[in-house]
Amino acid sequence: MMYDFFVDLFGNTVIAGIASGILMSLLPLFLFILPYALLAVLAERKVSAHMQDRLGPMRIGWHGWNQTIADIIKLIQKEDIVASDTDKPLFNFAPVLVFAGSYAAFAAIPFSSYYIGSEVDLGIFYIIAVTGLVVAGILMAGWASNNKYSLLGSMRSVAQIVSYEIPTMLVVLSLVMVSETMSLHTLSEMQTGYFWNWYIFGGPGFSLTKFLLIPSMLIGFIIIYISTLAEVNRVPFDIPEAESELVAGYHTEYSGMKFAMFFLAEYANMYAVSAIVAALFFGGYQSPVGYLGNLLGVEWLIPIEQFLWFAAKGLFFVFVQMWLRWTLPRLRVDQLMAVSWKYLIPIAFVNLIVIGFITLI
Amino acid sequence: MINTKSSAIRTEEMVLNMGPQHPSTHGVLRLELALEGEIITKVTPHIGYLHRCFEKHCEAMTYPQIVPYTDRMDYLASMGNELGYAVAMEKLLGIEVPQRVEYIRVIMAELQRIASHLVALGTYGADIGAFTPFLYCFRDREKILHLFEITCGARLLYNYIWVGGLSHDLHPDFVRKTRDFIKEFKPTIKELNDILSYNKIFIDRTANVGILPVKTAINFGVSGPNLRASGIKWDIRKDDPYSVYSKFDFDIPVGKGTHGTVGDSWDRYFVRILEMEESLKIIEQALDQLPDGDVQSAIPKRIKPNAGHVYGRVENPRGELGYFIISDGSTTPYRVKVRAPSFVTLQILGELCKGYMIADVITILGSIDIVLGEIDR
Repeated sequence: MMYDFFVDLFGNTVIAGIASGILMSLLPLFLFILPYALLAVLAERKVSAHMQDRLGPMRIGWHGWNQTIADIIKLIQKEDIVASDTDKPLFNFAPVLVFAGSYAAFAAIPFSSYYIGSEVDLGIFYIIAVTGLVVAGILMAGWASNNKYSLLGSMRSVAQIVSYEIPTMLVVLSLVMVSETMSLHTLSEMQTGYFWNWYIFGGPGFSLTKFLLIPSMLIGFIIIYISTLAEVNRVPFDIPEAESELVAGYHTEYSGMKFAMFFLAEYANMYAVSAIVAALFFGGYQSPVGYLGNLLGVEWLIPIEQFLWFAAKGLFFVFVQMWLRWTLPRLRVDQLMAVSWKYLIPIAFVNLIVIGFITLI
Repeated sequence: MINTKSSAIRTEEMVLNMGPQHPSTHGVLRLELALEGEIITKVTPHIGYLHRCFEKHCEAMTYPQIVPYTDRMDYLASMGNELGYAVAMEKLLGIEVPQRVEYIRVIMAELQRIASHLVALGTYGADIGAFTPFLYCFRDREKILHLFEITCGARLLYNYIWVGGLSHDLHPDFVRKTRDFIKEFKPTIKELNDILSYNKIFIDRTANVGILPVKTAINFGVSGPNLRASGIKWDIRKDDPYSVYSKFDFDIPVGKGTHGTVGDSWDRYFVRILEMEESLKIIEQALDQLPDGDVQSAIPKRIKPNAGHVYGRVENPRGELGYFIISDGSTTPYRVKVRAPSFVTLQILGELCKGYMIADVITILGSIDIVLGEIDR
C-alpha cells in the first residue's frame, strides 16, 4: 500500500522500495513506542505516587503530564560522560544493542488485524530470539563500564534472563501445541468472537478439550507472567539494578541519552512482554464483547477498535507490573534462581506434558 | 549459609568498596568487602567520615552549652540524647526536677523512639527493595515531627530538654494532638505489618539471615532492640529505671524466632514494631497522669558541680546511651565520654556477615540500625 504510493510519487521502484521501507520501520516507533514510553514513565510516577500517599509530578503541565517530555529534553542536553577506563566501543554500542533488541520485538507484534510491522510466520519464535539480544547488550554494558558494581549487576542480569527464558519457552511451546501455529497474527485470529474463545479459557470451540485445558492454561499464564516479569528485570526480580545493593547495576556508569536508551528499552520491554501475554492468552487484539464497527456497519472502525483493545490489554498488564513493583520487596539472587529452576521450570514442564496429552485426546 | 570451600578451581578474592557514597550504608560508612563470587569472606567497616570531635569540643564549653551538641550525635533520636545528658548531669548535681518535667521528658523520649523506629523500619524496607512502606513510615514520622515543632520550634535538633528542666512548656494543643496521633497511628502499624512484616518475600530475605547468638551479643556489649531480638529481656527503662519510667506499665518485647532462628534479622525488625506499640502505651499513660507545674523552676542559674564523676545512662532507640562525665569543679567538664550504642553495634557486623551474600550485607546492616552521626560523634 505504502509501496504503491511511493511508486506513483517517484516513478522508480528502487527508491520507492527504500523510502517505504524506512517509513514503515519508523512508523511504529513514532506512532506507538515513543508516545507509549512517555506515557508509561509518567504513569509509573503517578501510580507509585498514589500508592504511596503522594501526588507525584504536579508542576509541569496539568498534573505534571509534561514531566517526561521535560526529562527527555534534559537528558538530551546532558553531557555525555564516558569514564576514562571504559572499553569505549563496547560502552557506546551496548545501549544501542539493548534498545534495538527490545524495539525489534515490536515488529512482529500484531497491533490489529491490519497493522503488523512484519507478518512473520514464526512471530513468537522471532520475538523470543530477538529479545535475546538484550542479554548481550547488558553484558557488554557491565563489562565495558569497568566498574565492579556494573559487572556484578550485568552478570546477575544475564543469569536471570537466561534462566527465566526456559519457563517462558515451555509455556509458549504448550500454546504452540494447542494452536498449531507460531504466528501471533494467526493465534489472535483463532481467538476471535467472544472472550470465552481466549486461550486462558481453553481456546475456541466447545469441545471437551476446551474445558480440560482451562486449569493448565491458568497455570501457564501465571508461569509466563512471572517469568516475563523476571525477564524485564522488574520487582520482585529487579536484582540486576537492585538500587540498594548495586547502586544502578549495569547502567551505573551511563548518563544522558545513553542512560535514557536503557530506560526506554526497559519500558518498551515491559510492553512487549505484556503484549505477548495478551496475544497468547487474552485474545490479542480481539475484542471480548464484539465490535462497534460490526454493530454500526462501519467496516473501517474495526481495526481501530482492535488497536485500542490491544493497547488496553497491554497497558493493563504494564499497570500490574507497576503495581507489583510498588508493593513487593526484592528477592535475593539464589532465591531468584530457586524460583525458576526449582518451581517454574518443573511446573511448566509437567504442564506441557499435560497439555500435550489433552491435545492428543 | 553457603559453603565456599567446595570449588576445585582456585579463584582470587575480589575487594569491593561499599560506600562512603552508597545508597544503603545509612550515612557515610565505608565497608570493605572481600568477596568470593557473591559470598562475603570478610567485612571491614571504615568509620570516621563524620567525625566532629564532639567529646573534645565539650571540654571547652559550659555544661548547658553541651545540650545542643548532644542533639547532633544520634540525629534521629535527639530527644533521647538530651535526656541522657540531663539524667547524667542531674545525677552529678544531685537535683530533683518537678514531676511535670519528668512526664514531658518521658512523652518526648517515647515519641522520639517511635519516630526513630519508623525511620529504621522504613529504610529497612527500602533496603530490601520495598519502597512503599518507606514512604508510609515517613508520613507517620512527619506527624511526630510536627508535634515536636509545636513544642519547641525545631523538627530535628530540638535543644528542648535542659539540665534541670525544659526550654518551653507544652503547647496548649499538644495533649489533644498527641492523642489524635495515637489514634491515627495504631492502624498504620497493622498496615505496615500487612505490607511488609508478613510478606513472604520479606520473610525469605530476612529470616535466618544474620543470626546474632546471645553470647556474641553480650560479649560485644550490644544493647537495645538488637540485644532484645536475641532473646534477652534487658531494658534500662525497666532494669535501671530513670526519670518516671517505674510508674508506667509496659512490656519488653523480645525476639522469638517466629519465622526462623531467634536473633535473626526478622526478629530485630519485628522487635522494633512491638516496641512502637509499647511506646504508645507509655505515652497514653503519661498523658493521662500529666501533672501541672512549672517546667523551669529547677533549672540552676549557674552549673558548677563539685569535682567528681558520674555515669548516667538511658535506653535510646538504638540501645544503651551512656554519658561518663568528669568534673574538676569548674563550669566546664574535664572530660565527657559517650557510650554510643551504634558504635558498639557496628562491631558485630563482621561476625554477622561472614558467609552470606552481598545482598545480605545490606539486610544485616539495615537490621542492626546504625546512625553514623553517633558512631563518629
